[in-house]
Amino acid sequence: MSAPAKATRFVAKDALVALHYARDARDVVITTMSPARDWMTLTQSPLDIVFVPSAMGHATSLGLGLALAQPDRRVIVCNGDGSMLMNLGSLVTIAGAGATNVVVLVFQNGVYEVTGAQPMPAQADLTAIARGAGFQSVFEFSDIDEWTSSINDVLAARGPVFAVLHVAPDVGIPGPKSPGPAGERARRLREALSS
Amino acid sequence: MFSGDQIADSLERLGVTHVVTVPDSTIGQWQSEIESRATMKVVRVCREGEAWEVAAGLELGGARPVVMIQCTGFFESGDAIRNVLHDWKLPIASIIGYRSYLSQETLPGDTCLVFTEPLLDAWKIDYRLLTKPTDIGVIVEHLSACRSANKPGAIVVAEGKA
Repeated sequence: MSAPAKATRFVAKDALVALHYARDARDVVITTMSPARDWMTLTQSPLDIVFVPSAMGHATSLGLGLALAQPDRRVIVCNGDGSMLMNLGSLVTIAGAGATNVVVLVFQNGVYEVTGAQPMPAQADLTAIARGAGFQSVFEFSDIDEWTSSINDVLAARGPVFAVLHVAPDVGIPGPKSPGPAGERARRLREALSS
Repeated sequence: MFSGDQIADSLERLGVTHVVTVPDSTIGQWQSEIESRATMKVVRVCREGEAWEVAAGLELGGARPVVMIQCTGFFESGDAIRNVLHDWKLPIASIIGYRSYLSQETLPGDTCLVFTEPLLDAWKIDYRLLTKPTDIGVIVEHLSACRSANKPGAIVVAEGKA
């Protein structure tokens, strides 16, 4: 399975900056791997979950649980393409659970970036997989201006929502560090979600 | 060994809101009764590792999940168990089917009997093994105690033929 050739890839952090301004204050934003590293430099909302340490590929599953428990909030999951490939079944689970308040954004750079940009088994067409899994709204962007001008429509689309952002890998930059003890962060998040 | 009605009653007494599950031939028989209860929802996942992280999200969001899987899926779940129970320190409860414990007719020498309990110990999960119908009360007793202690607990249910 091959994705269509992309003429351009944009800077992942620019895409996150756009998300930072577009998110609603009540949204939960989960980031993992490279998006987590960049997101931590932009925002420190009490509703952010920097999923570090993580279980490999499970940000989407964590997001589904939060979405089911908090149906009045939107849950935005910023995932890597390597992470997405490790848990493709979660897309079927999300669609099957009828979680209309989940938005999955996949930052597709084509490599395992945080381990040194090794190649993946193949370049998958993740949008086709998401459609096949049952996602209601599926998008694909390879231009930052297009992403920036469309982000509000993406976030407001009928859910569950899936979007691929074709971004350039940041080779040689270390992966994200944990921003603090996860157990303590879990306690603070529960408090924030209950208020 | 247990009916769906008995399991659903126990889960209701525990205040469970979501049962996150992959079925096997024993625990799968409980789904319809659980689903018939207004207080609980069944969340069907594609693979067991997912179940722990879905449960983590539910727990963080204020719900009261339980993971219900077979021991084979428990084996598959290792990285998620490590992350949810030990990194994020979430006291997720689970009910785990113990394949072939009561009969090895289908799978003689089933290695589930070799690895299930040592791996529960390895993951530092406080569990109770239920082997007879009169053990039903242990579900509420043990999982309530674990919840009060803010630690993960498991009920391991002996199963017959695979």
